[in-house]
Amino acid sequence: MAKLHDRKFVSADPEKCVGCCICEYVCSMVKEKTFNPTKSRIRVIRIGPLINLAVACRLCEDPPCVAACPRDALAQEEESGIIIVDEDKCNGCGWCIEACDYGAIMLHPETKVVYVCDTCKELDKPQCVEWCPEEAIDFVTADVLAQKSRRTAVKKLFQTSVEKTAE
Amino acid sequence: MLAYTGRILHINLSTGKVETEPLKEEWAKEYIGGIGLGIRLLMKYSKPDTDPFSPDNPLIFVTGPLTGTMGPTAGNGYAVVSKSPSTGGVAESKAHGFFGPELKRAGYDAVIFTGKSEKLVYAWIDDDSVHLLDAQQLQGKSPYETDEAIREELGDHYIRVSAIGEAGEKLVRFAAIINDEFRAIGRTGMGAVMGSKNLKAVAVRGTKDVNVADLEGFKEFIKMIHEHMKGPATRKYRTLGTPENVLVLNALAALPTRNFTQATFEGAEKVSGEYLNERYVKKIIGCATCAMRCDHIAVVPEGPYKGSMSRMEFECLWALGPNCGVDRLDAIIEAMRLCNYYGIDGISAGVTVGFGMDLYKNGILSKENTGEMDLNFGNHEALIETIKKIGTRDGWLGNVLAEGTKRAAEKIGKGAEKYANHIKGLELPGYDIRGLKTAALGFAVSFRGACHLRSGAYSPDVKGKVNRFIIEKGRGKIIMENEDQYNVIDSLILCKFSRGTYYDGLDDMANYYTLATGIKVTAEDLRKAGERINNLARLFNIREGVGTREFDTLPHKIMTVPIPDEGPAKGAVVNKEEFELGLDDYYAVRGWTRNGVPTVEKLNELGLGEFAEITKKKGEK
Repeated sequence: MAKLHDRKFVSADPEKCVGCCICEYVCSMVKEKTFNPTKSRIRVIRIGPLINLAVACRLCEDPPCVAACPRDALAQEEESGIIIVDEDKCNGCGWCIEACDYGAIMLHPETKVVYVCDTCKELDKPQCVEWCPEEAIDFVTADVLAQKSRRTAVKKLFQTSVEKTAE
Repeated sequence: MLAYTGRILHINLSTGKVETEPLKEEWAKEYIGGIGLGIRLLMKYSKPDTDPFSPDNPLIFVTGPLTGTMGPTAGNGYAVVSKSPSTGGVAESKAHGFFGPELKRAGYDAVIFTGKSEKLVYAWIDDDSVHLLDAQQLQGKSPYETDEAIREELGDHYIRVSAIGEAGEKLVRFAAIINDEFRAIGRTGMGAVMGSKNLKAVAVRGTKDVNVADLEGFKEFIKMIHEHMKGPATRKYRTLGTPENVLVLNALAALPTRNFTQATFEGAEKVSGEYLNERYVKKIIGCATCAMRCDHIAVVPEGPYKGSMSRMEFECLWALGPNCGVDRLDAIIEAMRLCNYYGIDGISAGVTVGFGMDLYKNGILSKENTGEMDLNFGNHEALIETIKKIGTRDGWLGNVLAEGTKRAAEKIGKGAEKYANHIKGLELPGYDIRGLKTAALGFAVSFRGACHLRSGAYSPDVKGKVNRFIIEKGRGKIIMENEDQYNVIDSLILCKFSRGTYYDGLDDMANYYTLATGIKVTAEDLRKAGERINNLARLFNIREGVGTREFDTLPHKIMTVPIPDEGPAKGAVVNKEEFELGLDDYYAVRGWTRNGVPTVEKLNELGLGEFAEITKKKGEK
């Protein structure tokens, strides 16, 4: 059994994301062979100019979308943690959509079944990560994210104390 | 014909009638999209001598062939074309952001509004379903408030909105149409035309696919442009942004100050790009699909304008700052925020306030006119107050200045026109063209009036490629080549900030177009399309009686008052002789008569023979 923290998912850095939506276009290009953000597995939210962030499936432990599905159409792949949709079972009822705290699972406008980021598992890495011009999107484990946050916090702490000493 | 949607939507605001027509394939090829296709549609759907505020004046929203694709900058643009209430000639303006691609995905290459609604409405375009909805509750709201209210009302965060503010509703002649908070269809008064139709906003949800002809090739092309976007061609836009120009132009004594009274500004350091970035820029964000990011979002951290936020670029910063003698960035940011709030073009607004300050200094306006306000150069409170008056058409001053410098000068009289810095009714941008003479000629012949983006003719002057203090033979050719290329750029709706990333110029653009549309074009085809568009725009202006030599002029100060500042540009002024020589040179390379009218041979060469009648009727004296 894979260790949980081996699972890598797509995560955008709020400090770096500028809300350009290239990830959405890339996703539809790779997955659907067209340009159409409404068919993207990653979506960008822009609330005013200063708040921008791309959001995709975070491969939750004990994922609520899977638990919410009354038709057993969703399952979490053990190795990778990605959510597998059984398109024959899914009837687009939307319980999983309601259960997801991040809006990461969505109803496909054409197939009318749910779809979600699969981290481009057939390719060497998620293509939104590959294309993001700001290098704002990472394909990371929760451990590495925690490390990054710790390092940022500690740097800030020391920056403040260095500045105080200088005064 | 991939990448195009092949459909044009007509919305009659008087009758509520909605219909679509197919886009002619030959027009796609000959006019590309954007301003080219827009001007062609304007020619077809407008009658001569229509008042810009008449219900019959069509207001044309148009996308480009690349809009809605992942193509950087061209993927996210749209243009608006109409007859201008500022110039009486052709009006066109482009904006990027997120609105254009949404319109494309809804399935339209162009949307043509005609007529006038009885009450204030907004158009709700939800793919194939089109409705006119009540907007009376949105009256007086800013474009962004309107945007938020409509998304709230329709219940979808991803709806994109392009709207006017109070200034558009009140027909301020340089009112803008704004999408995504501060992306403006800024110049030539398109917001006022929209207001004259009682159209508050256009809201769009588009869910259709946009497909390109050669997806693999297109992908590779985008990768290349993304790489170029990380390189030197976009350094300025990604780092300090266009406000970098403040110190560059100041050093050349080409930074117009106090309504073109001086060409250097003693406060330049305090309004420089360096100062702005160090103290005010909070984040740099980007438009849809762009790998460059240039939107410098400035926030005032303290003082009387604390919390004021706006995107800042050079032209508006200059117009509201040095041109009004104001050396405080906090006030300039607040003034810019107000321009976005009321929905007015920041360039024309700043130049018009500067004009008012000049009149006040010279005793043509008094305290009686200003309502006891000290409308002195450098008075930042007066700047803010006057913009509010213009944006709301408040009082005598607000109403007269809301007409723009040309008409305001006519109303005020007493020689006020000597201080009105406009060409054809459009206010000058931030280059002192007394010492940038290729630009002077380029601005004079531009079909939309004083504009730095019709030919970029300031560039050879600023970069020292020519002697900037003279006009000589050969400048006409430089301007024409730039104009034709810029027409292509504005028809593909490429952002001009990204123009340097097309290392092979028109060859790259032809490749880009062909990969997307499947229509094979060469660089020469595109160049010719650019030339065709310029001639067509000229024909429109001739048809409307504002397109001949007598309208290719420069403001009084530029032709008569030498630059007084000590330094490299001292004494520079454009004299009549060199200017007339420049016009002759430009008309000659264009294949136009000495009166600036395209010849029948030229029209036939460009496939514009059907318009020869216009040149016969109105072209010759």
